[in-house]
Amino acid sequence: MVGPKTVEAGGAASVPLVSIVRLSGVVALLGRFPALAGIDLEVGPREIVLVQGPNGAGKSTLLRLCAGLLRPESGKAEVLGHDLSVHRAAVRRSVGLLGHDTALYDDLSVVENLRFWAVASRVDGAGVGPAMDRLGLPSRLHDVAVGKLSAGQRRRVALAAVVVRRPQLWLLDEPHAGLDQSGRDLVDQLVTDAAAAGATVMLASHELDRTVDLATRHVTVAGGTITSDRPGEGGRGVEDVL
Amino acid sequence: MFSDVRLVAAKDLRIEFRSRVTVSQVVPFAGLVLVLFGFALDANRPVLETATSGLFWVTVMFVATMAVQRSTAIETNDGARRALLLAGIEPAAVFLGKLIAVAVQLLVVEVVLVAGVVVLYDARIESWALLLSTCLVATIGIAAAGSVLGALVAGVRARETVLPILLLPVLAPVLIGATRAFDDALGSVAVDGWAWLGLLAGFGAINVVLGALAYGVLLEET
Repeated sequence: MVGPKTVEAGGAASVPLVSIVRLSGVVALLGRFPALAGIDLEVGPREIVLVQGPNGAGKSTLLRLCAGLLRPESGKAEVLGHDLSVHRAAVRRSVGLLGHDTALYDDLSVVENLRFWAVASRVDGAGVGPAMDRLGLPSRLHDVAVGKLSAGQRRRVALAAVVVRRPQLWLLDEPHAGLDQSGRDLVDQLVTDAAAAGATVMLASHELDRTVDLATRHVTVAGGTITSDRPGEGGRGVEDVL
Repeated sequence: MFSDVRLVAAKDLRIEFRSRVTVSQVVPFAGLVLVLFGFALDANRPVLETATSGLFWVTVMFVATMAVQRSTAIETNDGARRALLLAGIEPAAVFLGKLIAVAVQLLVVEVVLVAGVVVLYDARIESWALLLSTCLVATIGIAAAGSVLGALVAGVRARETVLPILLLPVLAPVLIGATRAFDDALGSVAVDGWAWLGLLAGFGAINVVLGALAYGVLLEET
């Protein structure tokens, strides 16, 4: 684990943080089912945490909880210094979540989608162009309706939407899914660069061949609890910058 | 807040403009319903003239369910609803933006329907002020109630069939009030249309306020 560093929480909160995510005995329900059944986890600044585990283990639920989308049923949960039991809305603006869905509007163009989410998220729309360049979206696609893109291209646009937000906490659920080789390399570079720039990254993935070398820490989830938590060898790019 | 309302409304209207669903599907559907009502009742012309207001607003109710379905689907099809939460937009702003977009679509359809009842049913408009006021106020109430219920059923698996079951009874007061006000505007029944318009305004105001207050809870995941 990367040692405690102080970073400034975004927005109104300017309290120095030593933990970006701090979960203690957290239970979260999906309907009546306890998808998280007593999670203990502490994630520091600039860590790249690989969340692995079998299907239905609770990986995606853990990311959604950290995004402030789920209310903890019991236990103590803090993200970016905010208590998730009462201040989930405060967390949301500072996280970037890439889920299984792309959250894009099919009838709007790539640029229109990214501009909408930039304005909605109160971030500078000037970041849209660089984000598209960063994700390798050629100019011929900028004015194409998202509904006409391939699955991989849509995924790149969804990642660009996360990049535009410049979140403090990146929550990536199977970020390599549907991408070609260059896209997968791009995701790895994005993750490394985000951590180098001071963000924290949690990614859930089954593609261990790629992510094991990327992550600074490996957390295994099974049955809604953490069964293993060990350091990884990744994050070399982060160390170089630091 | 108002910039977010404008952002959401403009987005929904742009999507509708691009998809052309309102123009190519909803308007023809509304026209078809009017024609079929005409076929069914034309043998009895006096009944058709008396029922014109009711037929107009029943058609608007059908169209409203389609418009609300579309408005809901825009946010649920690919997880945009969750992204709206993450973006931090005030839920009340999302509600008002979607309400405005639905209302604009309904008003476009109502313009066509008014022309339809004049041409097909030989309706004569005696009070344009009452007719236009009724369309505007009733449409706001319909769009408000529809947007709230659309969000309520967004997570339901069979929302396409559940929504009309919930929406049409809720809109019954609008159907009654708007039909009575239209009766006066068309001069087909001697009633005080402006009094009924007051009822519609009350219904609309209640739904707008309740929607703005409740939408945050409805957007949240469970």
